[in-house]
Amino acid sequence: MDEFFHMGGYAFYVWSAYGAAFAVIVALVWQSVADYRAQTRLAETLEKAAGGRVRRAAHREHETGEDAS
Amino acid sequence: MMRAFLALLARDLRLAVRLGGGGGMAVFFFLIVISLLPLGIGPDRALLAKVAPGMLWVALLLAALLTLDRLFQADYEDGSLDLLTMGALPLELIVVAKALGHWLTTGLPLVVAAPLLGVLLNLPGEAYPPMMAAMLIGTPALSFLGAIGAALTVGIRRGGLLASLLVLPFYIPVLIFGVGAADATAGGFSGEAGRQSLALLGAVALASLVLGPLGGAAALRANLR
Amino acid sequence: MAAMNSLTALQRFHAYANPARFMALSARLVAPLWILSVLVIGAGLWFALFDSPPDYQQGETVRIMYVHVPSAWLAMFGYGVMAFASAVGLVFRHPLSDVCAKSAAPIGAGFTFLALLTGSLWGQPMWGTWWEWDARMTSVLILFFLYLGYIALWATIEEPVRAARAAAVLALVGAINIPIIRYSVVWWNTLHQPASVFRMDGPSIAPAMLLPLGLMGVGFTLLFITLLLVRMRAEVMRRRVRNLRLATAGAAAEG
Repeated sequence: MDEFFHMGGYAFYVWSAYGAAFAVIVALVWQSVADYRAQTRLAETLEKAAGGRVRRAAHREHETGEDAS
Repeated sequence: MMRAFLALLARDLRLAVRLGGGGGMAVFFFLIVISLLPLGIGPDRALLAKVAPGMLWVALLLAALLTLDRLFQADYEDGSLDLLTMGALPLELIVVAKALGHWLTTGLPLVVAAPLLGVLLNLPGEAYPPMMAAMLIGTPALSFLGAIGAALTVGIRRGGLLASLLVLPFYIPVLIFGVGAADATAGGFSGEAGRQSLALLGAVALASLVLGPLGGAAALRANLR
Repeated sequence: MAAMNSLTALQRFHAYANPARFMALSARLVAPLWILSVLVIGAGLWFALFDSPPDYQQGETVRIMYVHVPSAWLAMFGYGVMAFASAVGLVFRHPLSDVCAKSAAPIGAGFTFLALLTGSLWGQPMWGTWWEWDARMTSVLILFFLYLGYIALWATIEEPVRAARAAAVLALVGAINIPIIRYSVVWWNTLHQPASVFRMDGPSIAPAMLLPLGLMGVGFTLLFITLLLVRMRAEVMRRRVRNLRLATAGAAAEG
């Protein structure tokens, strides 16, 4: 077990590399999921506040993939 | 169409001359950056001679970037770019005219200045002819590839820096082959590596003559809609 | 949508372009993909760290290869996805293509950065230097610049359709340039280092190393696809938010 952590003397390099991979992946996952949740929440809030006519108009334009402007 | 092309080119050249085209400033920048080098690494002539080809090319690249944003920006702002796109000239040829104008007013002056700056860096005598040849072949590539960056960022405030960042990776082959021709180990015109560099540089330049107008026109279309 | 024409295949293609359909489909895919990614990467890690031999030359540092090579693979794969999506967006005006390209970029950039980092950590015990200007590392660094420029362009142009088209042009120009840049870097490297340098993946890869390498490669790719879908969903939501805001402002102006 000790040998495992020791990695033949290269412990710093091997574990830093795996640690960096872990950090980068976690950061990517976290930021992606957090962004999705934030945008979803925002969309829901806006839809509730907007009321029927605006919501339908926005969705109609949204679903044809065009810009509302 | 040829007449429209020449008219556009002539207009750009006239504007550059009248308004003080960036060529003068680009050469000035070239001079200052080259002068910074010995201040940075010391005046050892042997060392300067070793880095001279690379440094001259790097400074040349940077100086060429300086005047890119005036390629389309002024015309964009006063609406003449929109007028041009509605005229007889296809957008690709407009880009060619602009890039050609840039080369004539910025690239060529830089190439003329280069040997003088080579003296400052103790460039070996036999490196001058291949370096000049390389710069003559390479600077059009800088203008044509640079036009893509300028077209992508037209209308963006302070777009000049972004344009430079976008274009610099594309300049790398020009840099590598350009320095390859002038490098001490390359043997210039008579050396194998030197001749190969020039040939490859020529290939890259030819490719840029095609890629520049195509990419630049596509970018202008994206931004002008 | 202007691109509707009489070919039924193309109509069906565009039917999936409908963001609502994409959202419905992707919602079902994301959870299983997460699980699959974790499982495959987990298996890969087991073999990479425990159940594979150290290299007879590089010792335990070869284990870094199991993160470095998949990262480098994803760096290139990511740009491929970006370029392909950009081409589809420009030619077919498929509205989700731009979303796909934009979403792929940060993931690709992240793995490119990881490739550089792990390459550096692998290089120090092997070559005795934290950075080596060899052809591969230099090419990955330049790829990183291309990613950053692409992301910067998206960030700088405010209007989404214009940003999408400009970014697509940049991605394609970049894609065309990549082989040229790569060739020039290799040429440059052989010019300056005539003696052949220790190759990054060692003189040969033992068969026992192929399994963890393959597992990590597949696992990372699955993770990429999962992240891509999540980011695309976020981007679709972001556009919905934007449209809602604009519609609200429009209604208020009329009201």
